[in-house]
Amino acid sequence: MSQPTPETQESAVPALPGRWERFLDSYLLYSFKRDVIAQLSLLVFIALVAIAVFAPWLAPMNPYDLAQIDILASELPPFWIDGSDPAYWLGTDAQGRDMLSTILYGARVSLVIGFGAVALQAILGVSFGLMAGYLGGRVDAFLMRLADIQLSFSTLMVAIIVGALVKAVFGGAAFSTYAVPLLVIIIGLAEWPQYARTVRASVLAEKSKEYVDAARVMGLRSRRIMFRHVLPNTLSPIFVISTVQIANAIISEAALSFLGLGMPETHPSLGSLIKAGFDYIQSGSWWITLIPGAVLVVLVLSINLLGDWLRDVMNPRLYKG
Amino acid sequence: MNAPAQKIPATDTTDTLLEIRDLEKRFSLTGDFLEQLKFKGGKLVRHQEHVHAINGVSLDIRRGEALCVVGESGCGKSTVARTVMGLLSPSAGEIRYDGTRIDNMSTRQLLSYRRRMQMIFQNPYASLNPRMTIQQTLEEPVRLHHPDWNRQQVVDQVERVMASVGIDPDWGKRFGHEFSGGQRQRIAIARALAVDPEFIVADEPISALDVSIQAQVLNLLTDAQQERGLTYLFITHDLAVVEHFGTRVAVMYLGTVCEVAETATLFANPRHPYTQALLSAIPRLDDDGPDHIRLDGEVPTPVNLPTGCVFHGRCPYANQRCREEVPTLQTLNDGVRVACHAVEEGRLPG
Repeated sequence: MSQPTPETQESAVPALPGRWERFLDSYLLYSFKRDVIAQLSLLVFIALVAIAVFAPWLAPMNPYDLAQIDILASELPPFWIDGSDPAYWLGTDAQGRDMLSTILYGARVSLVIGFGAVALQAILGVSFGLMAGYLGGRVDAFLMRLADIQLSFSTLMVAIIVGALVKAVFGGAAFSTYAVPLLVIIIGLAEWPQYARTVRASVLAEKSKEYVDAARVMGLRSRRIMFRHVLPNTLSPIFVISTVQIANAIISEAALSFLGLGMPETHPSLGSLIKAGFDYIQSGSWWITLIPGAVLVVLVLSINLLGDWLRDVMNPRLYKG
Repeated sequence: MNAPAQKIPATDTTDTLLEIRDLEKRFSLTGDFLEQLKFKGGKLVRHQEHVHAINGVSLDIRRGEALCVVGESGCGKSTVARTVMGLLSPSAGEIRYDGTRIDNMSTRQLLSYRRRMQMIFQNPYASLNPRMTIQQTLEEPVRLHHPDWNRQQVVDQVERVMASVGIDPDWGKRFGHEFSGGQRQRIAIARALAVDPEFIVADEPISALDVSIQAQVLNLLTDAQQERGLTYLFITHDLAVVEHFGTRVAVMYLGTVCEVAETATLFANPRHPYTQALLSAIPRLDDDGPDHIRLDGEVPTPVNLPTGCVFHGRCPYANQRCREEVPTLQTLNDGVRVACHAVEEGRLPG
């Protein structure tokens, strides 16, 4: 039982790799390289995000600019059907807007609302979940009962009530102007318990570990322990649940828009495009509703498939959807 | 327990660093108020159950000594350690550090004491934050307790403490999971020493380690004690470690202290029947096993404590008094303190 010198101990530790090398060496990348579905969905997702971000430069026309819209060119079919106009690849909708441009701009709106709502959910849910899990006792009981109450209303019900109230109180014009922030707030408030519960569960697991006790013995304040010590160790389930929640938020927004409580038709998201086209499906203009619908399905599917892969890789134990 | 401090009989208060007086800790088994309500015979009654983890523990820790607390699993050793460090709040009793009562202080008031008392944990695999580098882990306590220090002073202090526990300063950029158990425990010790404390609570610091590493870490703790004049409260279940490390030993059984003595005295002449049974269970190389004292039955549940002496159900010398009256620690003529009616009355054979 001789005491080895620091030199011999040090040789037991391999040379320190940089951040980038560590990423190249990580299980995350390894598993990504072997998963074709994950690669495909990431590709599709990035492509959709890119065309949404660069919509003003990619789109042939600006669907918000009334001067560019020609009502005589309404309900033109896509290019592979007789009677189409080569200027409008995917045809036009009932108001003569170019479908391709409208979808690009609509995807942009959908993604902004999806990410915005998830950011709000994450901020609320992570702070409440951290507090409930770490402080425990009455704070925990109060916040979790609040979450239970929130969860007992469906997202759509809350959104419909709030949306209808805002419309009734401030009028349809005000609702249209502030539709994006309103939808972000409505969907964000409706789904924070998902985060709060997931975070609370992993905080409870982390809290019992001795490094948290060590931080307390050191004399650190609760807030610093929560954010500096506990939170970084609960990031993987937060990351995983975020992918699912973005997809959910985009779907919620589409559903609300479809019900007429979301984005106005003058500033359409994918959901309001589907709704707008739905009225014309009987008259044979199926493309107005089906093409945005297909884009929505592909977007949500790619995010969900990515989320599935992430869940399997990052934390199969902690995540409970 | 916010009552004004009671006068404690002064026994060498000059060299007593930590005093534990009649400490009790209960954990509720029955949850919050709503869960405690039960229907019984048509009436709504409040039903409470507690685990009595420690029941009236009194200990003095003298400056510069290593007081070992031994006992089997579940006897409340770790609860004593965690209560002393303020990780748990006591249900009753007092803890005094250097004459000042610390068990009812707020986090802010305790801060200056945190600098003087630190803790080393059992599991080095869980006691380092996996998302922080070793440098960050070691700098955190230094920055917290010396907010006026500049960057260079902090780095120097971390480097000094790393050197003193024999870890290479180059390890600073790495994360905890890159090290072995023994290396991690060195880092954890460095973290405790980083604020230059005078008192260290070590909760089974070597029981999670490989036997060959145990000796290294134990030597490191002994060296640190000699260099820095540290005082230890050392929790362990390993009697060999106690013999090697402890100045004095406190033996615990079911949340109570049954015997406190100098290490050599205790090993040479155990008084309490439980201590005798415990020491006879140490395996020896020349052992054929005939001398083991075999206790009947099992440790009673700490939920429903036995009346009288907690050991009476398994004690071969128990009589009616033991079943009814709780024994208190009595000082014998050679300074050994024993809580046993049989020892007090001279009923024990030999």
